[in-house]
Amino acid sequence: MFKIKKDEIDKLFEKFGEAYDLFLPVGDSYKKYEKGDKQSEKYNTVRSPKDFFFPQTENMMKFKVEGKKIELTDIRTEKDDFIVFGVRACDAKSFDVLDRVFLSEPVDSYYAEKREHGIIVTEACRRPSETCFCQTFGIDPSEPGGDISVWRDNENIYFKANTGKGEKTLDNIKDLLEKADENDIKPIKEEIKKTLDRLPLKDVKTDGFGAGMTDELFERPEWDQLSRSCLGCGTCTFVCPTCQCYDIKDYKTNKGVLRYRCWDSCMYSEFTKMSAGQPRLTQKERFRQRFMHKLVYFPENNEGVFGCVGCGRCLNSCPISMNVVKVIKTLGRQK
Amino acid sequence: MTNVNETLIPEIAEIKNIRVETPDVKTFVVLAPDGVKPFEHKPGQCAMLSVPGAGEAMFSITSSPTDTEKMEFSVKKCGSFTDFLHNCEPGQQLTVRGPYGRAFPVDTEFKSKDLLFIAGGIGLAPLRSVINYCRDKKEDYGKLDIVYGSRSKDDLVFYKEIIEQWRTDKNVNVYLTTDREQEGWDGHVGFVPNFVKELGFDTNRVAIICGPPIMIKFTVANLLDMGFEKTQIYTTMEMKMKCGVGKCGRCNIGSKYVCKDGPVFRFDELDTLPNEY
Repeated sequence: MFKIKKDEIDKLFEKFGEAYDLFLPVGDSYKKYEKGDKQSEKYNTVRSPKDFFFPQTENMMKFKVEGKKIELTDIRTEKDDFIVFGVRACDAKSFDVLDRVFLSEPVDSYYAEKREHGIIVTEACRRPSETCFCQTFGIDPSEPGGDISVWRDNENIYFKANTGKGEKTLDNIKDLLEKADENDIKPIKEEIKKTLDRLPLKDVKTDGFGAGMTDELFERPEWDQLSRSCLGCGTCTFVCPTCQCYDIKDYKTNKGVLRYRCWDSCMYSEFTKMSAGQPRLTQKERFRQRFMHKLVYFPENNEGVFGCVGCGRCLNSCPISMNVVKVIKTLGRQK
Repeated sequence: MTNVNETLIPEIAEIKNIRVETPDVKTFVVLAPDGVKPFEHKPGQCAMLSVPGAGEAMFSITSSPTDTEKMEFSVKKCGSFTDFLHNCEPGQQLTVRGPYGRAFPVDTEFKSKDLLFIAGGIGLAPLRSVINYCRDKKEDYGKLDIVYGSRSKDDLVFYKEIIEQWRTDKNVNVYLTTDREQEGWDGHVGFVPNFVKELGFDTNRVAIICGPPIMIKFTVANLLDMGFEKTQIYTTMEMKMKCGVGKCGRCNIGSKYVCKDGPVFRFDELDTLPNEY
């Protein structure tokens, strides 16, 4: 464990910024670090850091189409190492969820390449928001994980490497760091625990969800009322750190065809519509799919791990104030 | 570059030949540019075909793996990309990736058994792969009964092959039917589910069904009436797909992805899935 004085953080960012592409939460969103940028004190970014590994749009390959002939060009390039700084425990856990999708066989090389080069520096969450419920999924915001974990108190910022990649990264700035002791961060962790006990959603439980619950939940009449006002806008899926559905599309350029992948949403009717028919006819089926996937299907295929990390973004962003917590409270077994 | 088995990047292939099966079904013979099969597959598996800019879609591979020379896809014209394919000519290159999905259990649960194939319309396309596999390895299978129906005589796919090759095989029986009476058709008239019941097969066989959902529903109901168990009935499913490897998120029925856990399912397996297909 290492520490630096709080007012030396700019030096650290500068040093990191020289060696890597460094991304910091500035204001409401992540931004590539430039000298003078201050890390946001806000609860969390509006969009999740999944963008760094699974971007909203991503070019995959190019084709030259001439008459009947097709030529394919692989446009994947070697990425440089980059740091995503200030990731909260919820978002750090979301990478575990995404890894289970993209790094399971057959590995998605577009995602794997970025995971290989991305260094995740997490930060213990001292100011959770009232929409936070990461504890529901067993996440401890005082032990945020990632390659390097960061804690701060009023004087110091503490660093602990959790992986070999994290150790190597800290080596690059070791002349800025002083040795610190695990005991130094105990008071910070205790303070976080106290804050968590005051959160309004601290008691949300997943009882009644998980593997094997499809039969019990699928035909429940409450889906009608829960989904009735859903606009199908897809905002929840876009801000969600674990939503990973994608589309593959072609864009005709004047030189050929660019094939790209972009985020898609199970909340859209086009998502499953094919010439042979539409398996999810109304918004109710699409809405049910989203929550059944996170709370039942995903755990069924992934040793019980839920596809939600309790970041609360969907609670903040849904235009009709529907969200996963309301679904859990309505359909769950928790009294 | 990370060294992984890349599945989203396709191979270039070429349409060698096109056979017109019906007014809206064509069979495309597809080869790699060097004239060999693009890859090996098992009966019931699928592949993604694309012409960049026109679309990419999943099709069942209709040729049998025992055809060592070529790969075939029978495509019904029913949407923007299939319209495009129907307008293509031999020599048109396309991209192909696969094979995807779980195949029919030809080497295990089908082995040494009598098989009853039941298809409607273009539903015969994915079954042709299995039928020809079993015909080519006839010592490994019992009797093959094929019940096939279409809207009209002109909508029966693979008609020439059925008459000239399947019907002339000793261990194969083919029963054709059309939905309506038609001049020039002296065969059976009636819907497939009832025809299956009229033919009255004993239950000592495995049934393999593919066709429109409504046909599958009534046929399965009739088979169950006739004493078949759900564990004896197989089908292959269709869903919209983009990746083919269970990651793009759209072809699931409950926790199963049709692209990788299917497309072949046994009916007792489908029973455990929510009714959303």
